[in-house]
Amino acid sequence: MDNIVRVGMADLNVVKHSGVITTLGLGSCVGIVLYDPIAKIGGLAHIMLPYSNQVKNNSNKAKFADTGTIELVKLMISVGAKKSNLVAKLAGGAQMFTFTQAVDLMNIGERNILASREILKRLNIPIIAEDTGKNYGRTIELYTEDGSLHIKSVGHGIKII
Amino acid sequence: MTKAIEELSDVQLDVLKEIGNIGAGNAVTALSKIINKRVIMNVPKVQIVEFKCLPDLLGGADNLVVGILLSIKGDLKGHILFIFEQQYSCLLLNLLMGKNIEDVSALTEIDISALKEIGNILAGSYLSALSSLTGLKVLPSVPDMTIDMAGAILSFPAIEFGKIGNSVLFIETEIVENHSTILGNFFLIPDVESYDTLLKALGVES
Repeated sequence: MDNIVRVGMADLNVVKHSGVITTLGLGSCVGIVLYDPIAKIGGLAHIMLPYSNQVKNNSNKAKFADTGTIELVKLMISVGAKKSNLVAKLAGGAQMFTFTQAVDLMNIGERNILASREILKRLNIPIIAEDTGKNYGRTIELYTEDGSLHIKSVGHGIKII
Repeated sequence: MTKAIEELSDVQLDVLKEIGNIGAGNAVTALSKIINKRVIMNVPKVQIVEFKCLPDLLGGADNLVVGILLSIKGDLKGHILFIFEQQYSCLLLNLLMGKNIEDVSALTEIDISALKEIGNILAGSYLSALSSLTGLKVLPSVPDMTIDMAGAILSFPAIEFGKIGNSVLFIETEIVENHSTILGNFFLIPDVESYDTLLKALGVES
């Protein structure tokens, strides 16, 4: 039986082969998924906000795209992954409510996606697949066997990237 | 330094609970009129919950829920969010419309309008309680509604509260009609700039 690791909101973790790492109900948050195809190690960060320096209370590194990704890379290396092997997939960053009064908050999903892309670029980790934006929640599962990311949603079926 | 929501004292939480109670009292009158039946509303709990534990209170992050969001303007800026789990949303609609709905994925336009109207009534009731207790003048916008996974809808209040702390504040509400009890969750989400205004109005030194 595969080892299943669950990641909560503002949380991150890794899983070794053979295993699954999952987070449930991503809304405007982004799931940053890292995978080392040689060591078959998977990692997942469920980030809520783009940049740690824009917020006063930033002690929880997993809350932010920038510090969360850096922390996740460290953790993956510590369990045997190699940085140069890492590839990334992104999911989430939806806009859950449509009305336009609070422009800033409504765009938080988009801003989370942009920040995630930027930090991955800075770390030289290629993004090989993405299922982001739109207006619905996503549950994601990464399989260490082949690095496939399964995305479930309400009324939009299952997608594999 | 802005205080995080987890630093609120018991007394301040009691004030928030009292706002909830008075708001519920106001809403009862309006709801009873609409459904033409006597309903009772209780506010059993005001809770401060860490993000990680939050979805569990709504049946898990992938549980299907209905979220009704309104933005608020005036002395306090921010949002109000009501979340009803699927079974309670159906109960609410069945009570309101005399229907027999069991699945929120099959709602009609009229059902959705009815749920939004409930959001309007509840929001108006809570806000007038908030105004009378704190002296802050606040007005709600028209409601917007989404049906999705609890985790996804909760990302909205979690992100806003996440700018200041690691917990979310919410008020549990019970609507009781005869033998049915409908549980709802009410989130008052001040914008970062309005956070101190609310805390000051609650008597918190910042």
